[in-house]
Amino acid sequence: MRLTGSDILVRTLIEQGCDTVFGYPGGQILHVYDSLYKYQDEIHHVLTAHEQGAAHAADGYARTTGRVGVVIATSGPGATNLVTGIATAHLDSIPMVAICGNVPTNQIGTDSFQEVDITGVTLPITKHNYFVGDVGELADVVREAFTLAQSGRPGPVLIDIPKDVQMAVGDYAPAAPVQPISPQPAKEVRIQEAAKIITSARRPYIYFGGGVVSAGAGEELLALAERIDAPLGCSMMGLSVLPTDHPRFLGMQGMHGHLASTKAMSGADLILALGVRFNDRATGNRAKFSHGADIIHIDVDGSELAKNIGVTCGLRGDLKETLRGLLDILPAARKPAWWEMIATYKEEENANQDTRPGMTPKNVLERLNAHLEADTPVATDVGQHQMWSAQYLNFKTPRRFVSSGGLGTMGFGMGAAMGAAFGTGKRSVLITGDGSFGMSLQELATAVTYQIPMVILIFNNGVLGMVRQWQTLFFEKHYSATVLGRKTDFVALAKAFGAWGEKVDCLEDLDGALSRAFDASGPYVLDCKIDADELVLPMLPPGGSMDDLIMKVEGKI
Amino acid sequence: MSKYTVAVLVRNQSGVLNRVTSLFRRRQFNISALTVSETESSELSRITVVFEGEEDYKQQLVNQLYKLPDVCSIKEFNSDNSISCELLLIKLVNDPDTRDEIRTASEAFGAVVVDYSKESIMLRLTDESHKIDDFINLMRDYTILEICRTGSVSLEKGGNTIRQMINF
Ligand SMILES: Cc1ncc(C[n+]2csc(CCOP(=O)(O)OP(=O)(O)O)c2C)c(N)n1
Ligand SMILES: [Mg+2]
Repeated sequence: MRLTGSDILVRTLIEQGCDTVFGYPGGQILHVYDSLYKYQDEIHHVLTAHEQGAAHAADGYARTTGRVGVVIATSGPGATNLVTGIATAHLDSIPMVAICGNVPTNQIGTDSFQEVDITGVTLPITKHNYFVGDVGELADVVREAFTLAQSGRPGPVLIDIPKDVQMAVGDYAPAAPVQPISPQPAKEVRIQEAAKIITSARRPYIYFGGGVVSAGAGEELLALAERIDAPLGCSMMGLSVLPTDHPRFLGMQGMHGHLASTKAMSGADLILALGVRFNDRATGNRAKFSHGADIIHIDVDGSELAKNIGVTCGLRGDLKETLRGLLDILPAARKPAWWEMIATYKEEENANQDTRPGMTPKNVLERLNAHLEADTPVATDVGQHQMWSAQYLNFKTPRRFVSSGGLGTMGFGMGAAMGAAFGTGKRSVLITGDGSFGMSLQELATAVTYQIPMVILIFNNGVLGMVRQWQTLFFEKHYSATVLGRKTDFVALAKAFGAWGEKVDCLEDLDGALSRAFDASGPYVLDCKIDADELVLPMLPPGGSMDDLIMKVEGKI
Repeated sequence: MSKYTVAVLVRNQSGVLNRVTSLFRRRQFNISALTVSETESSELSRITVVFEGEEDYKQQLVNQLYKLPDVCSIKEFNSDNSISCELLLIKLVNDPDTRDEIRTASEAFGAVVVDYSKESIMLRLTDESHKIDDFINLMRDYTILEICRTGSVSLEKGGNTIRQMINF
């Protein structure tokens, strides 16, 4: 059938199973918005307050559903406002398709009004991008973009469509939703080799990350741990793959990881690294990281193997299938001596627990835990509050922790929590900081418009806490530009936007406030006052190794 | 630091060269020679890159190149497994005192005169890059007006081809 480019675009999105898009209109994308109007019964457009919020919303939608998140923006400033959102998705390997309008083909390259070379700008932060010069290619480009975004190691793909191509008429023949190209399992010989190393290990430790989430390999992961009797720890991106209270799970390791998890990793003689990339936040000093342990690294992206850390055995392949391959041949083992050591690590962790009363981050988050349903998605912003969330939140269902790991994007949370609510149809929770919330609070308008049920918990410490923590520890308390000293009244602000809000100054009031927030039909802001001097501990100093672990600072936990 | 020659077979589309070279830029590799040309198939182009760098960085770069959807196949070359050559055009001042020396050197290297005027001589030489280096060094004794070299191109010896490794 003959359709305009913009109709072809929207029909192809619908055909690919896309039910929700996030975006913001403008001159060079008007035709697409006209088609969205036409097909509004089949595809829901969510108008955000800022394109960055739309990009993060598409990202939060993708993280919680596993489906491709779609964001739409106009040319020029609309497109450049997507950049941080695309980079965030890129560094966390999140499937996303970003669609931008551009000036008509005959004006491309002339610096015409609102023209930006967005394919050039996003080249290093996308898996791939397209400039569509011919309406005849449009439908297939969209299909290829959906394929690429989801295949292998997922990631963002951008499609730039000049206005005349949106208007031009071309042929459209509906097609079936594309299937991601399934990567092969690792080579049989490699699996055998890995199995041999695993069998001879005495103290195996499984270290997993976001790759397990995208491969949906949680079950195989646990089966492997049971089979070889190993404890499990994860990078931040691996959180929520396993129930937090699983007896084998020691929690997140790394710079701010759980003591037992970090210690077990350094006490291990074999680290089985699954879908991780040994980010410096996770490894500390890379030279001292492996401490002579064998490392088996399995990843779908071959370029990750040996990129950051030398490995004994690298396996490139689909995680789920590769783990199944290992499970087929690995004999069951018991490691009682290793678990005795782990028990001592856990004791040490328990002895170092923060037991202070009052509005401490831990107490606040433990109260919050009691209000979370098994499948409530929780998004965070970036800073101390993010690390406390990673340390203390309880998860029961995969894909429920939504946080910017690789890029560490402040301002990510609002958009992501909205996208998570749309994706899952559940009330979402945002844990944010006063600094981060300041970067994205305009999205309260969106949350109110769409009456998104959202609990927004602000850890209000009056400071850019995480940066200030570094100044406390490494810059002689020179608090340069980290003390906010703002007069913002977040409750009044929430109300001004048409949302609810209340201040929580002491722990006794928190439960009641949380109950009200979780009962609300729309966004509800909880402004929780905490001490500016709270620290995230333990802390592995940058470039440090286990020996440099900071456990306590001047009576602060 | 070592010198590497890598051929990258890519989809023949606009912007592909940019995608490939941008990976080199990101890793701070300085490209010493680069050629791009069409191939036996109009859908594919071949990019040959000569660059210096550390071995593990080079390996990482090749791994990253493989991830580009436009990259069909990659081949690394060394002098044992391949034939490489490069084309040089060099223009010198035509001075009666040095004319004969230049001619003798050209004959020894197999360079041919492709343009001749009262003021200048232009020579053409096709050979391996290091031979071309040698020839240019020799010519520095005279007055060089202009040099243009294409950068090295390489093909594997024997019946194997880069297309046999295509992993679409
Ligand atoms: C966009 C952006 N700018 C700057 C930073 C650097 N940064 C990391 S954490 C942080 C402080 C965050 O403050 P807040 O949101 O109040 O969280 P807190 O650490 O106080 O919990 C800053 C400035 C960043 N991660 N992202
Ligand atoms: Mg703060």
